[in-house]
Amino acid sequence: MTQSYTNYILHLADNALILGQRNAEWCGHGPVLEQDIAITNISLDLIGQARSLYQYAAELKGNGATEDSLAFLRTEREFKNCLLAEQPNGDWAQTILRQFFVSTFQFYLYQSLLTHSDSTLAAIAEKSLKEVRYHLRWSSEWVIRLGDGTEESARRMNKAVSELWCYTGEFFVPADYETAAGSDPAGLKDAFYSKVREVFTQASLAVPENVFMHTGGKNGMHTEHLGFILSDLQYMQRAYPGCEW
Amino acid sequence: MNRTAENNALWSYLEEVVDPEIPVLSIVDMGIVRDIQQTGQALTVTITPTYTGCPAMDVIAAAIRMELMAKGFSPVIIKNSISPAWTTDWMTEHGKQKLKAYGIAPPNPKQQVCSDELFAPHEAVQCPHCHSWHTSRISEFGSTACKALYKCAACKEPFDYFKCH
Repeated sequence: MTQSYTNYILHLADNALILGQRNAEWCGHGPVLEQDIAITNISLDLIGQARSLYQYAAELKGNGATEDSLAFLRTEREFKNCLLAEQPNGDWAQTILRQFFVSTFQFYLYQSLLTHSDSTLAAIAEKSLKEVRYHLRWSSEWVIRLGDGTEESARRMNKAVSELWCYTGEFFVPADYETAAGSDPAGLKDAFYSKVREVFTQASLAVPENVFMHTGGKNGMHTEHLGFILSDLQYMQRAYPGCEW
Repeated sequence: MNRTAENNALWSYLEEVVDPEIPVLSIVDMGIVRDIQQTGQALTVTITPTYTGCPAMDVIAAAIRMELMAKGFSPVIIKNSISPAWTTDWMTEHGKQKLKAYGIAPPNPKQQVCSDELFAPHEAVQCPHCHSWHTSRISEFGSTACKALYKCAACKEPFDYFKCH
């Protein structure tokens, strides 16, 4: 397999790991106990999906790479996650909306990967899709509950939309490694926005028009937030190289 | 699964290995063990995770190795397989009964539920303590990835439901 294909697998893994790490910041701080458990369960699923992908990327990469070296010892510029995944948790509305956008994208992406010619990737997609269905249903319900809830919850959800909408376009602008891997994210764009429109309508949220879309994450050009995430995530391995427990 | 009269003894050994999160259930009851291949004294056991992030998998792999090596097999190789993806339909009837006796409501058959519909009515789940059907879901996510949290309106006890997947 080529370096480019390994990069594609790393891109998928990084999306899952970085969002999983972000969601995990809610551990012990959720608005109510049940939802604290829900968001951290979703975190665990995402980190599990990331592990499957990193293990596979390590195998492709060879040269002693492991899932841990890929997660803990790459620098900011080497991470290939979409900018949306690294955006701060903000309030509950912002976390929910970020999850909803990512889950919607992952739902259509993993469906398209079920028939990918690489059977290992197709198997990871099949397994992950079962979990993403829960995440999508749960986050859709919360977008509706908050958007169509009280004046305060609607205000917060609208604010989240204005903060995060500009990061949704990046999903559909393919990086070179995506095209080379036979993935066509642009082809998922209609399905994504139509799902978003459906849920936004139920949530009484307006769909923004003509918004400038930020890109760069897929090629390692990140917002300032990723460095802070990695300094938390990678602290132990940086401070005590090779430490195990 | 390739349980046959010839390798039945090997499968019974693995019935001694339990899921550390739910110690009444063996990994065979859970449907985690998918295949056992024997060549002389060497064994290759294929297992599959319930959820990708299941933190019990490493412990389970180590427990399988210890169990089989104690029976004199070597080497014992553990292979992970994720396709076809694990489903609660693979849990044995015996396993479901044990789960219920332990106080965890067993999964309903899959075809009844698992809908993508939003705000769908919650699954009807029988209370494992008093057997009432007057129960309601508190949260779709419970103490582990594979469980949801319910409460019973009859006996007032909260309980875990091993959700259909």
